[in-house]
Amino acid sequence: MKILELKNVSKIYGELKALADINLSVNAGDWLSIMGPSGSGKTTMINIIGCMDTPSTGSVILDGVDISKENASSLTRIRRDKIGLIFQQFHLISYLTAVENVMVAQYYHSMPDESEAMEALEKVGLKDRARHLPAQLSGGEQQRVCIARALINSPKILLGDEPTGNLDEENEGIVVDLFRRLHSEGVTIIIVTHDPEVGDVAQRKIILEHGKIIDDIDQRATFGEALKLRA
Amino acid sequence: MFFRMITKTLVRQKSKMLMIAFTVILGVSLSTAMMNVMLGVGDKVNRELKVYGANITVRHKDAALMSDLYGLTEGLGVNDKFLHEDDILKLKSIFWGFNILDFAPLLEGHAVLQSTGETVDLIGTWPEKNAVLATGEELHTGLKSLRTWWDVQGEWLNDSDSESVMIGNILASRNNIHVGDSIILTNNGVRKTFRVKGIFNDGGNSDEKILMQLSDVQALMNLHGKVSSIEVSALTTPDNDLARKAAQDPRSLSPEEYETWYCTAYVSAICHQIQEVIRDGVAKPVRQVAESEGTILNKTTLLMILITILSSIGSALAISNLITASVIERSQELGLLKALGAYNWQIVLLVLVEVMLTGLVGGVIGYFLGIGFAQIIGQTVFGSYIEIAQMVILIVAVILFFVTLAGSIPAIRYLMALKPTEVLHGK
Repeated sequence: MKILELKNVSKIYGELKALADINLSVNAGDWLSIMGPSGSGKTTMINIIGCMDTPSTGSVILDGVDISKENASSLTRIRRDKIGLIFQQFHLISYLTAVENVMVAQYYHSMPDESEAMEALEKVGLKDRARHLPAQLSGGEQQRVCIARALINSPKILLGDEPTGNLDEENEGIVVDLFRRLHSEGVTIIIVTHDPEVGDVAQRKIILEHGKIIDDIDQRATFGEALKLRA
Repeated sequence: MFFRMITKTLVRQKSKMLMIAFTVILGVSLSTAMMNVMLGVGDKVNRELKVYGANITVRHKDAALMSDLYGLTEGLGVNDKFLHEDDILKLKSIFWGFNILDFAPLLEGHAVLQSTGETVDLIGTWPEKNAVLATGEELHTGLKSLRTWWDVQGEWLNDSDSESVMIGNILASRNNIHVGDSIILTNNGVRKTFRVKGIFNDGGNSDEKILMQLSDVQALMNLHGKVSSIEVSALTTPDNDLARKAAQDPRSLSPEEYETWYCTAYVSAICHQIQEVIRDGVAKPVRQVAESEGTILNKTTLLMILITILSSIGSALAISNLITASVIERSQELGLLKALGAYNWQIVLLVLVEVMLTGLVGGVIGYFLGIGFAQIIGQTVFGSYIEIAQMVILIVAVILFFVTLAGSIPAIRYLMALKPTEVLHGK
């Protein structure tokens, strides 16, 4: 079942075509990585998929809804209900504890529930760090809090923008393992990455260049092997 | 969660919030002080101006007519028209009786100073008058309260000094009269001896007259129960168009206008009410004093309003800068909240509640500080405390709300336009 479909999507800034006539389908439960050099349109694409931007032309069907024609308020509601966001710089609120950072996403979605937030932190192995402030957590721990926050509202798609870009190798491994587990639980994952190793562990990899998909690689054959290698 | 975020933000940004609170404290304290002074200044200014004497004179209607038509202040038709002494205390029974601060009757006469044979002018009055009114109210008034600028050598007469006088310094000097001397005055075959209790310097033509008890002049002039005029010092409200219209002719007012005018302490309304109780009397404002009071009061009020407006604008600008700086500094955090699904209004509400709470704390402190400032102004300028007007709380609260809201507008506009993609990806 298709959870996401981009049809002839372009994004134009003046003279610049950040995305040019992109067509892409993602099935529910897929793990897709988007790779490409800087300026290839990766972030633009993830912004559009994440309902933080709209395409200049074309349509984006997310869970059966064409989000390309929605206004800012509707996009906020769709993003809140269907998308879990993970950022390279984690973007945790510095004066809130780990569990409170998770609860913020609950608050803007429905109702904050501390026990649910604690469960989400337990899922990413940080239950004992729940009362710590971001500054008291390592980079890997911060990213895991970010993942717990992204998952707390059971989104349709987990969207990561360079989620391992600020992590050392050890923490990168922990986060990738977490993605693997989430994928095995049926979570749809779309990740933008520069890191070939992280890109390789996905089921499918697309390569962007100058706003166009120049390669779409099915990695299901090597998917299990790559994961084993990482493990 | 909302208030947890608010509380933690306030604590984390305490230095910025303190700056905002400090700005609010300055603005609110100044506004509170100015408004309290402005609302209480009417009576204070009037009381200050009271040192310049009475602001209303009451004369017999015929004497007043001669004065108005021909400019006559003495002679036939003026000097032989009198008011009744027993009407005087009725002044305190008028609607605005509470605003009648002091009054004194005057009876002009003349007598021969036996030692030199010179005919001298006499002024009979109540130098001091202590009485209990029918309402039970104790009254302390008299000319002494209306001639505060007099320089007196010796002592003022009091209400029990029946055979004492005060002499103007020019007359005393010309006749070599000193404090403690006795003088003999005669008129119409009446001969009375008086002790000189004080010599006064008025700076005007009173310096050639003798001031004595009203009853003594009445006896010398054989005018028992009569007075020439009454000087009245009253607290008044500055004239406006309604008062000016009423001063021309109260009958030209509509019933509603009449009621408003009658129940406001305009000098014309007080004069009108005085005429209702003083038989054959015509009360007229002493224009110089009444107009000075109005002008000074209006200018003082305008100054206070300007200071309040300017301090409010200053506060709004300062708050605006501080909030905008704070919001720009927090743009990543606020952009993140948008990315997590917060609507614009939720973010704006978050920031506004933070600012309003800070403003509220600053406002409460500023209000009490402002009351202190008002009292300092009251003591320094008027030598008395300023009465605290309850309505200032409401006015300050409204000003504070709108100043804070106005100060937040640039930050709100920034927040509305803030795109999560621009701050979360570092573009």
